[in-house]
Amino acid sequence: MEGAKDSIAIVIGYFSVSFTFGIVAAQAGISPALATLMSLTNVTSAGQFAGLNLILAQSTYIEMFLTQLIINLRYGLMSLSLSQHLDKKATTGKRLLIAFANTDEIFAVSVSKPHKVSPSYMAGLEIFPVISWAAGTFFGAFANNLLPAAVSSALGIALYGMFVAIVMPVAREKRSVAIAAILAAALSLAFHYLPLLTKVSSGFSIIICTVAASALAAWFFPIPEDDGGDAS
Amino acid sequence: MKIYSYIILMAATTYLIRMLPLVLFQKPIKSRFVKSFLYYVPYTCLTVMTIPAIFSSTRSVVSAAIGFAVALVLGFYKKSLPVVAAAACAAVFITERFMSL
Repeated sequence: MEGAKDSIAIVIGYFSVSFTFGIVAAQAGISPALATLMSLTNVTSAGQFAGLNLILAQSTYIEMFLTQLIINLRYGLMSLSLSQHLDKKATTGKRLLIAFANTDEIFAVSVSKPHKVSPSYMAGLEIFPVISWAAGTFFGAFANNLLPAAVSSALGIALYGMFVAIVMPVAREKRSVAIAAILAAALSLAFHYLPLLTKVSSGFSIIICTVAASALAAWFFPIPEDDGGDAS
Repeated sequence: MKIYSYIILMAATTYLIRMLPLVLFQKPIKSRFVKSFLYYVPYTCLTVMTIPAIFSSTRSVVSAAIGFAVALVLGFYKKSLPVVAAAACAAVFITERFMSL
């Protein structure tokens, strides 16, 4: 299973992040079973951490809905991009299943493939990270602070290391991608540190920066017509 | 139990966001601008999520910066995802030992 092999780094990264989520949830008084249910049904880190805060604050349902919508809207962009990268075997029924675990990392690995990917590849890529995500939450909720702080601190960078590993090789080959990435980084820094812009929620700023940098890159460096929208 | 309603609402919102574009836009997109835009989305989105968040992903900005630098160099030399991720973690771990955190 090519997909399962490609998911190893995600499986390891997810375990450490969801382990942390489990600890946080347990400390907030959520039972291990409920924390695991949350991970199994949501499969998203930022959304779950935010959701946990809203549950503790006893927020209204509309606040919960809007927060999840904003934080997770980037998945809509990712699904739109992934939609063009699935091969002909991806029927509507299969797309309904694939969509369930289209996370940042799953999306990143699947679109980093130079060719279109099949539903069976996606199944292999998604299943073990989802299991790892749920299992990590469960163990984290049970075993608060089992990992020495030094180890969990070091693991905290794992997912970002993966992101770098996806962007860098392509940025090296294609100047347009390098410029798009630098532009994205500059915008993201602006939204984190410039006055006024810091008022924008992190979910929104991810969307704004992604859309702006991608649109500018697409305007100045359109991909060749025969490229079919695939990474090449 | 109110907590179940919260969890169901969270899950349903997240799923719909992921599912609708994947199901509604099945035909190949013709517009060159849109195709180019979608081509760049993965790289810009991952970069936005990495910078500056990576610097607060460990216990110290210094260890994170060194881990980031290691990942950039190995990524440049096209090492595989697990290798880059593991090396970044190792760099953070070693740096924090030296800083005696």
